[in-house]
Amino acid sequence: MKPPPFGYRAPVTLDEALDALAARPSGKVLAGGQSLIPLLNMRLAAPPELVDINRVAELDTLHVGDGGVRVGALARHTRVERSAAAAAVQPLLRRALRHVAHPVIRNRGTVVGSLAHADPAAELPAVLAVLDGTVDAASTRGRRTIPAADFFVGPLEPALEPGELAVSAYFPAAPPRTGTAFMETARRHGDYAIAGVAAVVTLDDDLRVSAARAGYLGISATPLVLDLTGAAGPHGDWTAAAAHVRDTVDPVADIHAGAAYRRHLTGVLTERALKRAAAEALRKAED
Amino acid sequence: MGTRVFGEPVRRREDGRLLTGRGRYLDDLGRDALAAAFVRSPHAHARITDIDVSEALDVDGLVAVYTFEDLPGRIGERLPLLIPHPALTHGRTGYPLARDVVRHVGEPVAMVVARDRYLAEDAAERVRVDYEPLPAVVGIEAASRAERLVHDDVPGNVGAVLVQETGDAAAAIRAAPHVLEFRLAIERSASMPLEGRGVYARWDADDGSLRVYSSTQASTGVRAAIAARLGLPTGKVEVIAPDVGGGFGVKIVHPWPEEILVPWAARLLDREIKWTEDRREHFVSAAHERGQLQDVRVGFDGDGRVLGLDVRIRHDHGAYTPYGIIIPIVTSTQLLGPYKIGAYRAEVVSLYTNTLIVTPYRGAGRPQGVFCMERTMDRIARHLGLDRADVRAANLIQPDEFPYDQGLTFQDGRPLIYDSGDYPELLRKAKAMIGWDGFGAERAAAASRGRRLGIGLGVYVEGTGVGPYEGGHVEIDTAGRVHVSTGLTSQGQGHETVFAQIAAAELGVPIGDVHVTTGDTRRFGYAVGTFASRAAVMSGNAIALACRKVRDKALRIAAEALEADPRDLDITDGVVHVRGDVSAAVPLRTVAVLSNPLRYAFDEETARATQFAVGRPVTEPPIAAGEEPGLEGRDYYSPVRSTFAAGAHAAVVEVDPDTAEIAILRYAVVHDCGRLINPMVVEGQIHGGVAQGIGGALYERMAYDESGQLLNASFMDFLMPYATEIPRIRTGHLETPSPLNPLGIKGAGEAGVIPVSAVIASAVEDAEGVRVDAMPLSPDALHTLRQRAAADPSLIVRAE
Repeated sequence: MKPPPFGYRAPVTLDEALDALAARPSGKVLAGGQSLIPLLNMRLAAPPELVDINRVAELDTLHVGDGGVRVGALARHTRVERSAAAAAVQPLLRRALRHVAHPVIRNRGTVVGSLAHADPAAELPAVLAVLDGTVDAASTRGRRTIPAADFFVGPLEPALEPGELAVSAYFPAAPPRTGTAFMETARRHGDYAIAGVAAVVTLDDDLRVSAARAGYLGISATPLVLDLTGAAGPHGDWTAAAAHVRDTVDPVADIHAGAAYRRHLTGVLTERALKRAAAEALRKAED
Repeated sequence: MGTRVFGEPVRRREDGRLLTGRGRYLDDLGRDALAAAFVRSPHAHARITDIDVSEALDVDGLVAVYTFEDLPGRIGERLPLLIPHPALTHGRTGYPLARDVVRHVGEPVAMVVARDRYLAEDAAERVRVDYEPLPAVVGIEAASRAERLVHDDVPGNVGAVLVQETGDAAAAIRAAPHVLEFRLAIERSASMPLEGRGVYARWDADDGSLRVYSSTQASTGVRAAIAARLGLPTGKVEVIAPDVGGGFGVKIVHPWPEEILVPWAARLLDREIKWTEDRREHFVSAAHERGQLQDVRVGFDGDGRVLGLDVRIRHDHGAYTPYGIIIPIVTSTQLLGPYKIGAYRAEVVSLYTNTLIVTPYRGAGRPQGVFCMERTMDRIARHLGLDRADVRAANLIQPDEFPYDQGLTFQDGRPLIYDSGDYPELLRKAKAMIGWDGFGAERAAAASRGRRLGIGLGVYVEGTGVGPYEGGHVEIDTAGRVHVSTGLTSQGQGHETVFAQIAAAELGVPIGDVHVTTGDTRRFGYAVGTFASRAAVMSGNAIALACRKVRDKALRIAAEALEADPRDLDITDGVVHVRGDVSAAVPLRTVAVLSNPLRYAFDEETARATQFAVGRPVTEPPIAAGEEPGLEGRDYYSPVRSTFAAGAHAAVVEVDPDTAEIAILRYAVVHDCGRLINPMVVEGQIHGGVAQGIGGALYERMAYDESGQLLNASFMDFLMPYATEIPRIRTGHLETPSPLNPLGIKGAGEAGVIPVSAVIASAVEDAEGVRVDAMPLSPDALHTLRQRAAADPSLIVRAE
C-alpha cells in the first residue's frame, strides 16, 4: 500500500496552481487528501502529478452572507461545522457535516474536496444538490459557476474540465419559514451511509407547505433530489410523501445492504426527516 | 508471600511505553533494511502458465525477484502441517511461493526485494504472471456439493471427518418426549490485529548466524522452523518477537511463507531484509476464522433437560490446513459448555474452499459451539414456553460434581474433564446484573413508548492453559533487580505486569524491581507460544516455580551470611531477614553478590564476594556441591490437562421497529478464571473480547463473491466496531481456584468474545419475536427476517 511514483507541485497562489494544472491537465488536486491518499496507496489511482493546494492561502476562506455560505477550496470540514454564522444562515451544513466520517478526518478533509470527489454516498453532494447550490471552477482559461444539478455527472465524476480547479462552493441560505433536517443510517458511527436524506420544508404565511424537497445519498449514482411538495400536499402528509419516495427511488445493492432494504430505509428516513424539518419550519414561522 | 501484589489491580506497566509512542514494533526496526513485497494471486483458483519478471528488472533499486523455481531444497518444500490429527486424512499445505496452481486470492506467487517498499511494490506490479483460471469453490454449500475440487486429490473437498460421542445420541433423541431440528450459520471473520504480520532478518556472515524479528505469537516455533529449513543449528538462529500490535490468534500460525523466505533471502543476499505486511495483504494472505454451518437435532424432556444432542458441523477451513483441525475440535467439544447433556454426538466435516486459510482467532471455534448450544437452549425454552434461564439452570453441572468428565477428547489430546467451577452462581449473578427478573416490566414500559427491547443471555465454558509446557527463568542481579523471562510472546495483554506481580509476590520484592522479558529466544529458548488463553496459566505458574527455587537459594545463602536457619528467614521489600528481627538482615542484591564467588572485584559490592572476603570454610569448595553460581532459577510448568474457566454474559438490546437498527443498551459479564492475578487486566481482556464478539455478532463478515474475490478487503468495508459501537460493559468476578496448578489460576484471554453472538441473537430474537439462526445480524438481515416472518409464521417464536 505505497503509491506509485508521481510528480508533486506545491503552489502558493491560485494562479500558480492553475498554471500547474494547465501544464499537466491529468494531474490531481490534493487538498485534505482523505479520499485521494488512500486511492493512491491502494494504487487505484496513478495520476502523473499532484498539485497540492494546501499552501494556497487565498483558498482558505469561509464567507457567510445573508444570501448564503461560500466555502473556499481549503476550508476544512471542521471549520465550517464549527462556524456559528454558517449554521445560522444554513443549518443543514452543520447538520450534515456532523455525519461526515470522524473528527480527525473532518480536521483534514475539505468541503469543496468532498464535492469534487463526487462520491454519491457522501453527505455534502446531497446537501449542495437539495439546496440548489453551486460550485465555482477556475482555470487559466477563466472562471465559471456550475449549478449543483450539473456538477455531479456520475459516481466520482464531477463536471470539472481538465486543468480546472473547484475554488469554492456556495450553499444558499434557508428562506424564511424554512426548516431542515439531515438523517442517515450507517453501519457504524461515521461510515458512509446505507441511505441518507437532507430535507428542506418551507411553509407559507398560512403555515401550509409551500415547498418540500429531499436530497438523497447512498441510493443512486449521483445525488438524487426529489420535490415532494405535491406528494405531501399543503398540510404535510409526510407518510404519503415517504410512500411516494419508496415508489420512486431505485436504489442499488452493495455488500452492506440490498436494494429492498435501502428502498424501505429511504422511506423511513424521508418521513422522519420531513417531519423534523416541518416542525422546525413551524417553530420559525411562529417566532 | 510477602508484598501484597497478587490479586491487586496494578496498573499496566507496559502502557506508558505503548501509549506514548515508545513501543518498538516490527516496522520500527531495520530502518535501512531492504524491503520485500509479494506478488499475490488475483485469482481464487488458477493454473500458473508463465511468469515473466523482465519488466520488473527495469525498476531502479530492484535487488532480486524470486519465484518457486528459485527456491532450493527445503526452502521450496511445502509448508509444514503444524498439528497433524488422525482424522485429518487429507491435510494439505501450500508452498512458500505458489507452485503451478494457486488456490486462493492472495496466495504468494513471487517475492520482490528492493531498496525500499515503494520500489518493491513498483517492481511487483511489473511481474507478469499468466494464469489459466480454474473454477472456484466458495462457501460451505458449494464445497459440500463438490461439483468442483479445490485439490484434485481430495475427493469431496473433505479434509477431515471427526466424530466425537458419548452415549447413544440417536437413541436418546428417538426416545425423547420432544425433538427439535434446525440449522445454524456463522459467518467468517478474522483476528485483524492493528499491526499486521512482519519479518525482519539480519544475517551475520562471519558468525554464520541469523537474527530474525517477527511479529509472531510463537518465536521459538519460528526459530525451529527457520533453522530446519535453512539447515542452521538452532543455536545460530535467534528469533525475537518485539512489541506486537495484537495477534488474537492469527500470529500463532508459523512459519508463514514470509518467515522462511525473508531470512533465506537475507542470507543469500547477505543484506538485511524486512517485510511489513500491509492491510490489503493481511485481508487476503493471513488467515480468517469462524465460518460454519451446523445441523442440530436435540431431544429433551418437559423440563427442558437435554436427553440427546446430535450436531453435524460443516467447517470451512479454506484452501489449506496448516493448523490442522483444531478449530472444529474445539467447537465440537466446547459446545457442551456448562451442561450435562445425556448423550452427545458431534460429526465434524472439515471442507476445502478456494478462500483464505482458516486458523484460530480469539475464541478459536468456541463462539460457534456456544452459539449452537445456547441457540438450542433458547429453542427448547420457546418450544416448552419456559424461561430461558430456567432451561439452562435445569441442565447445569452442579458445584459438587467436579471434576466433571464430559467423556470427550479435548484439543490437547487429553480427556475433557472440567476441574472446578460454580455454574449456577454464574447464571444467578448474570441475571441479577442485567435485571433478568424485572425485565418484563421494563419491556412493557418501553413498548408503551414505541420502543422495542429484548433480553438475552449465554453461558459458556472455556478450556484454557493447554500444554505441553512453558518455562520461566528468574535472576536477581547484584543491583537487586529481578529479571524474569519466559519464552512465550506478548501482544499487549499485560504480561509485563502480571508476571511481575507473580514474581514480586513470590520473592517478596517491590514490583518496580522486576523486569519481564517475553518471546526472545536469546533469553529463553524453550517455549510453545501464546494461544488458548494459556500465558498466565502456563508461564505464570512456571515463573512462580522458578521464583520459589530462587527464593530457596537466596534463603540458603543468606542463612549462611546471617548465621541463621533458613527456615527462620523471610524476604520483605527485597531484604532477607530473620522473621521478627529486621536488624538481622541482608539485601537480595548482596545475596546475589555472595551467590557468585569471585576472584576479581570491580566495585565495593563485588569485593565482598572475592576469595579473601568470603567466609566459607577453606576445606570446602567455594561453590557447594549441587549449587551453581548466580542467584537464578529456572523451572517449567507442564499440566496434566487443561483448566476450565467459565462465564455468563447477558445483554439488553433495542431494535428500531422501522430501520431495523440494533443497539446494545446494557451488557453484563460474570467471569470466573480462578484466582485473579490482576482484576483490571482481566477486565481489560474481557472488554476487548466483548468488543470483538460484538463485531462478530453485528458487523463482521468476509464478503467473498462466487468467484472467490474478497469484496470488502479494507477497513472501510470490513466493519470492525468502533468504540462508538461498544456499550459500557459491567463485569463481575467469581473465583473458583483451579486445583490443577500451584497458583490456582485459569485463562482469561479469550473469554470475552466467546458467547457474544449467542447472547445478541438471544436478545434480538426476544425483542423481535422472530427466529435468529445466522450471524452477523445487519439491519438489512433483520429487515429481511421481518419480511420473511410476515410471510411464514413458523419463523415467529413464542413469547416466554
